[in-house]
Amino acid sequence: MNGLFVSSSPHIRSARTTQKIMLDVIIALLPALIASAVIFGPRTLLLAGVSAAACVACEALWEKLRKQPSTVSDLSAVVTGLLIAFNVPASMPVWELIIGDMVAIFIVKMLFGGLGCNFINPAMVGRTVLFLSFTADMTNYVIPEKAVDALSSATPLAIMGELGWNDFPELLLGIHGGVMGETCALALILGGVYLVIRRVIKPIIPISYIGSTLLFSWLFGGEQPVLSLFAGGLMLGAIFMATDYVTSPYTNKGKLIFGIGCGLLTAAIRIFSNSAGGVSFSILLMNLLVPYINGLTMPKPLGGVSEK
Amino acid sequence: MKRKFEIFKNGLFKENPVLILTLGCCSVLAISVTVLGGVGMGLALTFVLVCSNVVISLLRNIIPNKVRIPCYIVVVAAFVTLVEMITEAYMKELYDTMGVFLALIVVNCIVLGRAEMFASKNTVGDSFFDGLGMGLGYTMVITGISIVRELLGSGTLLGYRIIPEGYQLGIVTQTPGGFFCFGGAMAILIACLNKKGRKIDSKTGCGHDCSSCGLGCAGRGGESK
Repeated sequence: MNGLFVSSSPHIRSARTTQKIMLDVIIALLPALIASAVIFGPRTLLLAGVSAAACVACEALWEKLRKQPSTVSDLSAVVTGLLIAFNVPASMPVWELIIGDMVAIFIVKMLFGGLGCNFINPAMVGRTVLFLSFTADMTNYVIPEKAVDALSSATPLAIMGELGWNDFPELLLGIHGGVMGETCALALILGGVYLVIRRVIKPIIPISYIGSTLLFSWLFGGEQPVLSLFAGGLMLGAIFMATDYVTSPYTNKGKLIFGIGCGLLTAAIRIFSNSAGGVSFSILLMNLLVPYINGLTMPKPLGGVSEK
Repeated sequence: MKRKFEIFKNGLFKENPVLILTLGCCSVLAISVTVLGGVGMGLALTFVLVCSNVVISLLRNIIPNKVRIPCYIVVVAAFVTLVEMITEAYMKELYDTMGVFLALIVVNCIVLGRAEMFASKNTVGDSFFDGLGMGLGYTMVITGISIVRELLGSGTLLGYRIIPEGYQLGIVTQTPGGFFCFGGAMAILIACLNKKGRKIDSKTGCGHDCSSCGLGCAGRGGESK
């Protein structure tokens, strides 16, 4: 053998690790976290910390029990924990939040084989389980004291018809009721721009998602289609949840289809149903279609023959 | 007698109708919200299964092959009607809990599956024990799942409050929670069977005894999928 070994591909490896990517995502989430602490008070920091710690602890416990090598240091559990915390109102009891973390890590992530093997977004399932189990606590939105006029009593999506462009600054800054991480659209967009600049995500999914939500809201005759983009969980979902590597298509064409599908479903659920889960249900549904989208948009290898 | 016991035990674990053969899942998901409904449904199905297995086995040489399915359904429907009338007369609460699913035992895959795959080919005694094993296997699973779902979802057991109000996981009583529990039960049973050294045929992917198995897999020439 003369000491010469040929390993299988890939032969060129980038210096980027899962840990570095996840760290970038955490940095991108920080503006929204700080904004929520300013808007809803310091309890949001407690919820975020507890949720991240619970996710890491669940993953560590699972791997300890299963005698698997620990993957806690890749920080993906921290991101999941933060995203679940972002999806609950600031008044959420801590034990209920921890149940959401356990569902996300144990059932959705680790039972299917850990990071990279989950077929739906763990944070999204955690949120949905909490939403269906503790509906009262999950919709017990804290209304910030600084909110003015129309926005001081309800979430903007519920009263979209009464809002006008003079409410736009409050919507952008997030001074209104909602779950703790979704309200400040400005901070979320800032985080999204950071992710795009750092090349962690491609802007295809967020732009096609938000653009198609606008288009279909307008087509379906929704009230204030432009303003409604800055209300509810759309920004959080489009920038941080729909772009999850594992549960989104890996071809550019697929990403476009995925984003448009999410936008269509979100607009439809927002306008034709009064459920508060438009963004989460549409992302979960599209997550399930990802394998098919991947298969349909797979590029043909150079000189290859298309399969019949 | 040993063979009879083997047939009986088969239905409980190795060929559990719900968790291994995945038959009759619809009623398991729908009725396992309360323990009362789960146990009632299990016992009703066991009764129908045992009776229909015995009768169909008795008639197996008389029933013409071409019209065997309608004949099975007539036999099964007779016993289901019997159970339905008895529960409605004497156990009204249980009857209301089970609702339409009691009548739907007529088309339950387990009952028809055992009639087609076992009772029509085996002796009366064997069919009796097969029906008993399969029925109790079903009862075991639906009772287990309903205990978990009633405890976590409603915080009660047979109507008695165990977990205080306000600490329930609502999703467990809904359909997704039913699927979670179903998958969990399936994983536990298969893990236990694997631990006991169940041999899985690498060609067919199952650990069944093909002579009594209702799956009609590739190992038997793939007569049905």
